[in-house]
Amino acid sequence: MHSETTDPMLSVSGLNVFHANLQVVWDLSLHVDKGELVTLIGPNGAGKTTTVETIVGLNKKASGSITFLGENILGMHPYDLFHKGLALVPEKREIFPKMPVIENLMLGARDRTDYSASLNHVYSLFPILKERERQMAGTLSGGEQQMLTIGRALMSNPKLLILDEPSTGLSPLLVGQVFRSLEQLGREGITVLLLEQNVRHALNMCHRGYVLENGRIIKEGKAKELMHDPHIQKAYLGF
Amino acid sequence: MLSIRGLTKQIGGLCAVNGVDLSLGDNEIVGLVGPNGAGKTTLLNMISGISVPTAGTIIFCGEEITGLRAHQICKKGIAKTFQIAESFPGLTALECTMIGALFGNHRKISMGEAKFEAAQILDFVSFPQEKRETIIKNLNVVELKKVQLARALASKPKLLLLDELTTGLNPKESNEAVELIKKIRDNGVSILIIEHVMSVIMGVSNRIVVLDHGEKIAEGHPYEVVNNQKVIDTYLGDMHAF
Repeated sequence: MHSETTDPMLSVSGLNVFHANLQVVWDLSLHVDKGELVTLIGPNGAGKTTTVETIVGLNKKASGSITFLGENILGMHPYDLFHKGLALVPEKREIFPKMPVIENLMLGARDRTDYSASLNHVYSLFPILKERERQMAGTLSGGEQQMLTIGRALMSNPKLLILDEPSTGLSPLLVGQVFRSLEQLGREGITVLLLEQNVRHALNMCHRGYVLENGRIIKEGKAKELMHDPHIQKAYLGF
Repeated sequence: MLSIRGLTKQIGGLCAVNGVDLSLGDNEIVGLVGPNGAGKTTLLNMISGISVPTAGTIIFCGEEITGLRAHQICKKGIAKTFQIAESFPGLTALECTMIGALFGNHRKISMGEAKFEAAQILDFVSFPQEKRETIIKNLNVVELKKVQLARALASKPKLLLLDELTTGLNPKESNEAVELIKKIRDNGVSILIIEHVMSVIMGVSNRIVVLDHGEKIAEGHPYEVVNNQKVIDTYLGDMHAF
């Protein structure tokens, strides 16, 4: 699956990102191959969200290179990137509160008309969304809005799915379900870049991981190796 | 300190909270858990006056506060933090905390006094000193949560309502939050906390109340509750790790 000859699906190299005049990401390089599940872990404030926001085109003050399916995408509009198959589950549940649940989901389907399989998949994952399909999204509970955010991203049938803390606000039962569903998607060939504070779950599920601290990648490797790394155990797993 | 009887909230055809009884004593921490959409936030919103109950009573320190407005309830000594730490994006961390101090105080205090109190409280929640003058929108999640907590504490509550304070924190950061929550309790504040992170709930709660579909389905000592089959089936699932 990860042969040396295939180009990675996503490749970030020498990325620097700024907020106003403050540099928050330094010379960051990472890659995600097709079919891989990769996690980016790090404490809050390390620059994880900034990094993925830059990848999907939400941060313009950046230098370096980002290629997606062989094409340089740095500076492209988020809308265009979404249509190329790059979907983000944002950390802050950016739903449309005054639109029904079903319409929020349909927005995720882009301009596809054959979304019924995706919709069924989302509903099987989160049955409560089907129950609340006609309700305004703003009337959902926090955790239900989180389900909607994940569901909306899945509706686009993305090639690369980036999730920024998908387990936020979900009950332990649902966290388990969401992670199992991501594993299933991985087996079906979807590529995933996962940002998650639930580091144990993330490392359990993913093939590889990167550790971001103070805007710099300080470690990378196989997820299993990272799980046994003393620094990771102390700083992230709470041992 | 807090005594709730038959509290109910009807939203359209949906009964978000249905006849819930709950009580909280001095220096007690009660954990409120349950599946997403169970009515946890709605319950906290009714106690803090953000929404008005359809039926039932809320007695706080011997006085009925059912249906009072949020600002009145804050003055009575109940403060709340929110799931998503939104704040005044253009204010500094210090200014944001001062709002709590200025509003919640029983007497009129000067800006100087408010500033002094706010700085003390930011220290108490170990907010980084060098970021006091940083505006809210440039803070990271942990800092934002600390400001939100500091602002609530600055109003000098007797009862603190925490809605998913540790959401978005990693296990190490959550452990620090647990210590902070205990420190707040030791200063004489009772706490009602919603949290999905079981290590946090288990670590701080004297008692746990479980809601499902707006109704209380279990209540008791943390270890009793997490071994309750109904709670495991509806809430914990088989992947919970403590």
